[in-house]
Amino acid sequence: MRRPPLRKALKVLKRALLYAAAGAFAVFAVFPFYWMLITAFKQNRDLYVGATNLQHVPWIFNDPPTLDHVRLLFFGTPYLLWLRNTAFVGGLVVLITLLVSVPAGYSLARLVGRWGERLGIGVFLTYLVPPTLLFIPFARVISWLGLQNSLGALVLIYPTFTIPFCTWLMMGFFRSVPRDIEEQGMIDGYSRLAVIGKVVLPLAVPGMLTVVIFAFTLVMQEFVYALTFISQVERMTISLGVPVALVRGDVFYWGSLMAACFITSLPIAIAYSAFIDRFIVGLTAGAVKG
Amino acid sequence: MRGPVAVRPGLTLAPPTVRFARRTLADREGVLGTLMLLPALAYVILLVGVPFVLAILLSFSSATAGSLEFSWVGLRNFQVLLGDVQFHRAVWNTLRFMLISQLLVMVLATAAAHVLDAAFVGKRVVRSLLLLPWAAPVALASMAWVWIFDSTFSVVNWTAKKIGLLHGWWYWFGDPGLATAAIITVHVWRTFPFATVVVLAGMSAIPQEIREAALIDGAGFWRRLWGVQLPMLLPVVTVAVLFGLVFTATDFSVVWLLTRGGPYNSTHVLSTLAFQRGILGASLGQGAAVAIFLLPILLVVAVLMLRVARRAEVGV
Repeated sequence: MRRPPLRKALKVLKRALLYAAAGAFAVFAVFPFYWMLITAFKQNRDLYVGATNLQHVPWIFNDPPTLDHVRLLFFGTPYLLWLRNTAFVGGLVVLITLLVSVPAGYSLARLVGRWGERLGIGVFLTYLVPPTLLFIPFARVISWLGLQNSLGALVLIYPTFTIPFCTWLMMGFFRSVPRDIEEQGMIDGYSRLAVIGKVVLPLAVPGMLTVVIFAFTLVMQEFVYALTFISQVERMTISLGVPVALVRGDVFYWGSLMAACFITSLPIAIAYSAFIDRFIVGLTAGAVKG
Repeated sequence: MRGPVAVRPGLTLAPPTVRFARRTLADREGVLGTLMLLPALAYVILLVGVPFVLAILLSFSSATAGSLEFSWVGLRNFQVLLGDVQFHRAVWNTLRFMLISQLLVMVLATAAAHVLDAAFVGKRVVRSLLLLPWAAPVALASMAWVWIFDSTFSVVNWTAKKIGLLHGWWYWFGDPGLATAAIITVHVWRTFPFATVVVLAGMSAIPQEIREAALIDGAGFWRRLWGVQLPMLLPVVTVAVLFGLVFTATDFSVVWLLTRGGPYNSTHVLSTLAFQRGILGASLGQGAAVAIFLLPILLVVAVLMLRVARRAEVGV
């Protein structure tokens, strides 16, 4: 450490280590997505070469890329139908979630006082009650309601996890709205309800947008309930149809399957990354006393 | 017999009417609060609370998926399970997958957060790439891993063979040990981004003066890490890990899509065994009894979470 050249060398080494570590983490995270992408566009004779053949490098295109798998996915499988089903369920669930959890979030943040804290934690804890515990009683409830194989079952059940989560998020956002603004509005003669409509909701638009994104992606990610309630291929959502129905007997259509995984994951991943900071803020703001 | 409105002189009518007009529903905060909260509470009670109780009731019954009949059999389901080797295995696997993966996540996330805390070119890109695994739908990402660990075309095997690491062959889903490794890999891959982001948020909350004070006092990197940063990060790391524990303990998709509980039922966890017995085997009672055993795990996690939250509150 006494001699400058050594210190400089140490510094360079540190930089190199930092970049190496950052690179390693990035590669670990991205590798499956790269694998989806390259599989989706490889020709079958390039794809199905046993891994024992060390001369054939699977990491790159050895033959020119092809659109065959993507074409098969869109025109030879019910993928587009699944996409429509997912949009239908997602849209309705988002609507229900907004209508229920925005008022509830505000109520917990401002109106119900001392009880708000406890109820808020209570609502959040229900988010911890997992689908894996509930799918069995739901199987009974759904067959009692006659909703087997119906998208209605998913529309009814999915808000059970979007509402607790989004209520908690909204509570966090509403707490970050300064009280003074609302009080000023009420001093100016508005009622509490009018203040909510004219002052608070416009300020909470980013929060509501976050709720929309998260509720929709939670719906797109869900697998257990869909697997339990839907067995008809035409009624499936994307995250059920792709892993379950893109298989003929024992034969997987890996090209089309990976194309479906990539095309579906990418927009969700981008939306998530764009909103992650807001999400963390909402989550932690909910945890800190306002 | 309505008397005149202004009985007493000197009392003007205007203020009371105004006050009365203002005391509408829109101003009664308690009522308004309850009304706004009601739909959410109703949903949670009807569709989480009631099914939750139903799950417990079902575990004491011999209910099947086919009929709506409900017959009480007391503790029989649990007695059967206690002597069931597959069930023992599922409990052990649930704990094992959860603890090993979250231990790895704890180390990886702290390391990744330290890397992302430093300034370097391309930091934003690396950060958003790190988030991808968490954002991708689990079921679809799991299928990518199924393909990565394919018995014939596994790119992992090819690479390991190419660099001379592997001489025989890894049948990832044909060998209990390798299948376990595959499942844990996917769990780690999926949960470490979330933990990283949370730890990173915690790190930026450590006041700069404390870091500088430690630096000025001559503390080296490791001393600062162990003596200053890790203790201050502990609450936030705990929260991240507790979330991870819940995610992995209750996960169904990863195990189901990777191994379906195989080979030879060696990788079943509570959730997949419950599905196998309750839905595929149509024995709802048995399935519910299996799933109920997730409760003690979740209860411990919930209590720990509340405790951490409370301590954080006191600290603030």
